[in-house]
Amino acid sequence: MSARLDTVLLVAVLVAIWQALHMIAGDLALSSPVDTVARAAQLLASAGFWRHAAASGVALALALAIAVLGGVGLGVWLGAHRLSGAVAEPFLIAFYTLPKITLYPVILLIFGLGLSAKVAFGALHGIMPITVFVMAGIRNIDPVLLKSARVLRLSPAQVVWRLILPATLPELLAGLRVGLSMTLLGTLIGEMFAAKAGIGQLLIRAIARIDSETILALTLIMFAFALAMNAILLAIERRSRGASGKASIELL
Amino acid sequence: MSRIAWLRLALIAGSVLALEAACRGGLIAAFTMIPPSEMAAALIELLSSGKGWVDVGRTLRIIATCLTVAVVAGLLLGIVLHLLPRLRRAAEPLLTSYYAVPVFVLYPTFIMLFGANDVPLIIIGALFAVIVMAVNTLTGLRRVPPVLLKVARMQGLSTVATVWQVMLPATAPFLVTGVKLALAYAFIGVIAGEFILSTAGIGHAIAYAYNDFDNRTMYALLLFIIALATVLNLSLHAWEQRLLRRLGKA
Repeated sequence: MSARLDTVLLVAVLVAIWQALHMIAGDLALSSPVDTVARAAQLLASAGFWRHAAASGVALALALAIAVLGGVGLGVWLGAHRLSGAVAEPFLIAFYTLPKITLYPVILLIFGLGLSAKVAFGALHGIMPITVFVMAGIRNIDPVLLKSARVLRLSPAQVVWRLILPATLPELLAGLRVGLSMTLLGTLIGEMFAAKAGIGQLLIRAIARIDSETILALTLIMFAFALAMNAILLAIERRSRGASGKASIELL
Repeated sequence: MSRIAWLRLALIAGSVLALEAACRGGLIAAFTMIPPSEMAAALIELLSSGKGWVDVGRTLRIIATCLTVAVVAGLLLGIVLHLLPRLRRAAEPLLTSYYAVPVFVLYPTFIMLFGANDVPLIIIGALFAVIVMAVNTLTGLRRVPPVLLKVARMQGLSTVATVWQVMLPATAPFLVTGVKLALAYAFIGVIAGEFILSTAGIGHAIAYAYNDFDNRTMYALLLFIIALATVLNLSLHAWEQRLLRRLGKA
C-alpha cells in the first residue's frame, strides 16, 4: 500500500510546515505539533472529555438519522418524479449555498436551547447532500434495467429490492459520507452556542480563553475522527460499487 | 415562461403566503418569527436608513477577496495535484475529510498571527473555499478525454497550445462549477466567521440582533442574505449556461 505510505509522508511534511509556522509565530499563537498532540492525548485520557464527546455523539447520531431518513425520502421522490425534481432543483442548490449559520437563531427560537436545537441544526446541514446524491442515483438508473424488470414481470417490491436499491447504493453511501461531514460540522457549530456539553462547547470555551493548544488539539481529534469515518464509508462504498456492478449484470 | 418556472413561482408564493398566514394567525408566535411582509418592510427600512450598508459593503468586499484568493490558489493546487499523481493519491483522504473540520475555530489563532483586522477573516473564507476549487480543477483535468490529447499530439500541438486549445475548453465546465462552489463556500465561511467571532459585517449584525432580541432587524438581515445568495447564484448560473453554450458551439 504505497499510497498509504505516501499519505503518511504527506502528513509528515504538513507537520513540518506546522512546526516551522510555530517557530515563526511563537507558542501563544500557534502551539507546536508535539504540545498539541500531548494535549490531545491528555484530553483523550480525561473523563471530562468523554462526557462532552458522548453528548456530541448522541447529537450527531440523531442528526444523522434524521438527515438520512429525510434525505433518502426527498431524494427518491425528486429523483423518481421528474416534474417535482425539475421544480425543486434550484431550491436545493440555493439552500445548499445559503450560510446556514445565519438560520441558527431561527432554529434556536423554534426549538429552544438544548439537544433538539443542535440536532436540528446538524440535520439541516446533512440532509441536502444526501438528497442530491440519492436523487442523482435514482435518475441515473439505466432505463434498460427498468425495462428488463418490466419484461421479467418483477413485482414492485422485487424492483426496489433487486434493482433500485443495489443501483443507488453507491450514491447513497457517497451521500452519507458527504452528509456525515456536513452533519458533524453542523452539530459542532450548533454546540458552540446554547449547549451545556459537547465538543463544540469545549471549542468555544478554548476560543474564549485563546488557548491555542486546546483549540488545535480538539481540531486534530475532530479531523482524525472525520478521516476515520470517511475511510470506513469510502471502503464500503467501493465494495458496493463492485457489488452493484455484479448485481446489475446478474439481473440482465 | 415555462410550466416549470410557473410551478416554482407558485411554490415560492404559496410558501410565503402560508408563512404569512401562520404568523398572522398566531400559529407561529411573534417572538419566534415575524410575518414575511414585516421582514420585507424591516429590510426596506434598514436599507433606506443607510445603517446596514457599511456592514454589507465590508462583507461583500471580504467575500470578493476570498473568492479571488481561493480560485487562484485552488486552480494552482489542482494543477499541481494533477501533475503529481503520487501526491494526489496521498492527499485524497485528507481532501475528502477536509470539510468536516470547522475551519473557523482557527480564527483566534489567525488573529494572533495576523492581528485584529480583515486578514484572519479573509484567510478563513479562502481556506473554506480553496479545497472545493482544487477538487473541481482536479476532476476536470482527470476527465479530459485521452483521445483529445492524442489528437493534439498527432497534430503536433505545442504544450502551450494543448493547454490553451484542448485542456482549457475541456475542463471549463468543471472550473465554472468550482468557481460557483468556491463562491458559495467563501460566502458561508465569511458569514459564519463574522457570526461567531467577528465584530463587524452582516454575520455579526445578525448575531447582535439575535442577542438583542431584535427580531425585526434579524429577520430583515436574514432575508437580505437569502436574497443576496439567490442573486449571486442566479447570475453565476446564467454565466455558466452561456459559457457552456459557447463551448458547445465551438
